[in-house]
Amino acid sequence: MTAPAIETQNLTKEYPHGFLHLKRKTSLEGLTMQVQDGEVFGFLGPNGAGKSTTIKLLMGIIFPTTGSAQILGRPVSDVTMHRDIGYLPEQPYFYDYLTAGEVLDYFARFHGFSTTERNERVQKMLKRVGLETAGKIQLRKYSKGMLQRVGLAQAILHDPKLVILDEPMSGLDPVGRREVRDIILELKNAGKTILFSTHILSDAEMLCDRVGVISGGKLRGVGAPGSIVGVKSLGMEIVFELVDGAHLTEKINAKVARTGANYRMSVSETELYATMEELRGAGARVISVTQIKPTLEDFFLELVGKDRAQAAAIEVSGK
Amino acid sequence: MSRILIVARNTFREAVRDRVLYNLVFFALLMIASAVIVGQISMDIETVVIVSLGLSAISLIGLLIAVFTGVGLVSKEIDKRTLHAVLAKPLHRWEFLLGKFSGLVLTLAVNTAAMAGGLFLAMLFVKHSIARGDAVVLVAVYFILLKLALVVALAMLFSCFTSSLLAILFTGGLYVAGLFVAQLRSLQMTQLNAQTQKLLSVLSYLLPNFGNYDVMGAAAHGRPVPGSLILHNTLYTMLYCAIVLTAAAMIFSRKDLK
Amino acid sequence: MTSGRSTAWLLLPVFAAGFAGVWQLQRKVNFERDAMREEQDEVLVRSPKLMKMATLEYGTLAADIYWTRAVQYYGNKRLGQDTNLESLWPLLDVATTLDPNLLPAYRFGATFLSQPEPRGAGRPDIAVQLLERGLKANPDHWRLYQDLGNIYYLELKDYAKAGQAYLEGSKKAGAAPWMKIMAARFLEKGESRETAAMLWAELFESSTDAAIKENARINLELLGADEDIEHINEIAQQFAAKTGRLPKSVREIMQIGLIGGEPVDPTGHAYVIGSDGKAHISEKSPLFKESSVYRRGL
Repeated sequence: MTAPAIETQNLTKEYPHGFLHLKRKTSLEGLTMQVQDGEVFGFLGPNGAGKSTTIKLLMGIIFPTTGSAQILGRPVSDVTMHRDIGYLPEQPYFYDYLTAGEVLDYFARFHGFSTTERNERVQKMLKRVGLETAGKIQLRKYSKGMLQRVGLAQAILHDPKLVILDEPMSGLDPVGRREVRDIILELKNAGKTILFSTHILSDAEMLCDRVGVISGGKLRGVGAPGSIVGVKSLGMEIVFELVDGAHLTEKINAKVARTGANYRMSVSETELYATMEELRGAGARVISVTQIKPTLEDFFLELVGKDRAQAAAIEVSGK
Repeated sequence: MSRILIVARNTFREAVRDRVLYNLVFFALLMIASAVIVGQISMDIETVVIVSLGLSAISLIGLLIAVFTGVGLVSKEIDKRTLHAVLAKPLHRWEFLLGKFSGLVLTLAVNTAAMAGGLFLAMLFVKHSIARGDAVVLVAVYFILLKLALVVALAMLFSCFTSSLLAILFTGGLYVAGLFVAQLRSLQMTQLNAQTQKLLSVLSYLLPNFGNYDVMGAAAHGRPVPGSLILHNTLYTMLYCAIVLTAAAMIFSRKDLK
Repeated sequence: MTSGRSTAWLLLPVFAAGFAGVWQLQRKVNFERDAMREEQDEVLVRSPKLMKMATLEYGTLAADIYWTRAVQYYGNKRLGQDTNLESLWPLLDVATTLDPNLLPAYRFGATFLSQPEPRGAGRPDIAVQLLERGLKANPDHWRLYQDLGNIYYLELKDYAKAGQAYLEGSKKAGAAPWMKIMAARFLEKGESRETAAMLWAELFESSTDAAIKENARINLELLGADEDIEHINEIAQQFAAKTGRLPKSVREIMQIGLIGGEPVDPTGHAYVIGSDGKAHISEKSPLFKESSVYRRGL
């Protein structure tokens, strides 16, 4: 088995805080995790949970208070290992007096390509992220989405083994997000390891082999998106519409939610067939019946809710 | 080494595109104006005035660029977070710092050389010939460049651990202090006790002595500057810059960025 | 570089070595710069007219700067024991052209332009010129008349003009009563060491400028020494009359009982008899530097 692409041991980051810097604020506590070679790993969490902090610690932008981390088997302090990493910062900002082509060229130079190869790669990348035509315009004129694409381009231009993306979807419209998703899948198929952070759960569910959920600076759970929430079924959802002359009983009426012509209601598995009989009798036409599975979102919101309450409690008590 | 050059080249490009070099236009106008005015007054001192004025302008403009741009080298990158993507490259932080430093010094060298050219043209216009003795003006310009390099190094050091405003103030303040450092040596203040005098004397050796670079008098009057002074000033600048940049690199390498 | 604690401590000796190098280089630079003649650096522009044009409404400020540099220049020259003060006049010239009411500059120039070397530039004629400009702009400042009179009396030996100056000054409001008295004295007695001493004593008492005060004190001491030397020479003549030759040392004079103790100059150093049989200030005395062979004795 190959070594994990990323490994952390008890990674912790505390900041001095408050007047005279006497208090300490912990933005990441005791993170121990691994990202396996070749997998797509999603870092999930609300804003301020510690996702960006973790990534910045991995990239050597900030330094840990305690704990350690390795990337591709080397300590994160070893910058030579950066040769094999691509990084997209959150809210990327580049030198706005340069054009996209120049920015990519600048970053590419650090990897020692020959001039021809470098030029080739830059052109290829511009095309890949859809910035071919804008290549000669200075970045100061770029929209956020365009900057995001430049960021992505510079992260993968040198064909790195590991790609770390901090909120890659932020600022993108649905088309852009789709493109980024496609690129991530392409990279995955090419055998790259990808770590990305996001607070958009559907992206994580769709792309990741595994996710790690972070909240309040702590890792709450790691696993495949499905497994993390458990397989417990929460019941069945029936969607139906009413044909002319149909009439619902009061019992049913109390449980339905209506959107336009569609009605939906949730029932336990045991009640399913009885309810369907009732609906048929009332003159409803069933459109769909689906199993309600706990989503990542539920797990997530419950978790975050707990943390928020805890955080509020801490603030109130003044600890 | 080449990585330092990559950063240096980019820094130079930024300065050029940031229209820093537009100051040359102002300088050219200044030289033209003064050459014309001095020509009209025509006393024995045309050269003295042109050279003094020119050198003062080169020094002042250079200083403004060195301080303001120098402080921005690091703080702008930190504030705007352009730094994050760069640090993800196989590049040490100290290489980044040195690259920035070299890039700005290179910019200043080009800027200063252009101004020196303008100055010589003005001298030619006023004197109608350039003599060998005028080479000392080149030495004066070279010394100004040395001085600017040291100012840039100090600006970078301060911007590594304070806000850009404070860094500007500290650098400017240290420059002014460094001008008067030479006076500390000859301060005949008998009101002070021996310890304070000793302390002042020590300070006069350790603080960056910007008075070392002032040969305006010699340049204005065409008097030669000894080669040994050129050598020693060069070594002094290199050594002091090395100390300052090492300290800056140490601080920067441990600094949590935003 | 995260745990750089140890590297930090390792670098301390490196920094120390670096600063040691800086120290050495600075010493060399200091030496070389001192060797370069810094004379004419002091004057950025020698032309008062040009300066007046250039400084526009900042004339007074510029005048102050030039005045300050003149004082510094003088001070530096004295420190370096350089007697060449040729840049003093241009500095004062520009300062007073830019600000004709800059009284301290006139008074400073009056003393240090007129005094012979090593204490001044040895140009009483220019000093007079400066004072006349000062009086034109500040006709009621009686002290300028005092300074003018002093130059005529002490350096130019023109007792008539000296008396005239003091007389004019005595008429101005606030003039000290002795102005009139001294005027009469000049005209009456002409050259007199006693009178000269009175002039210096007055300057010493009244002057607020440290350099002028110091200079007055030195002159008083020199006058004192002159008197002593005259006295010793008289005794030396007596010695010659007795022994048929001039004395070779003060000791000899003491030995034959013509003099009670070893005479010392106002700084406490003993006088020496030169090869010419005349008394002189000892080389060890600080007064020696102040006297110099160029000084015209009273």
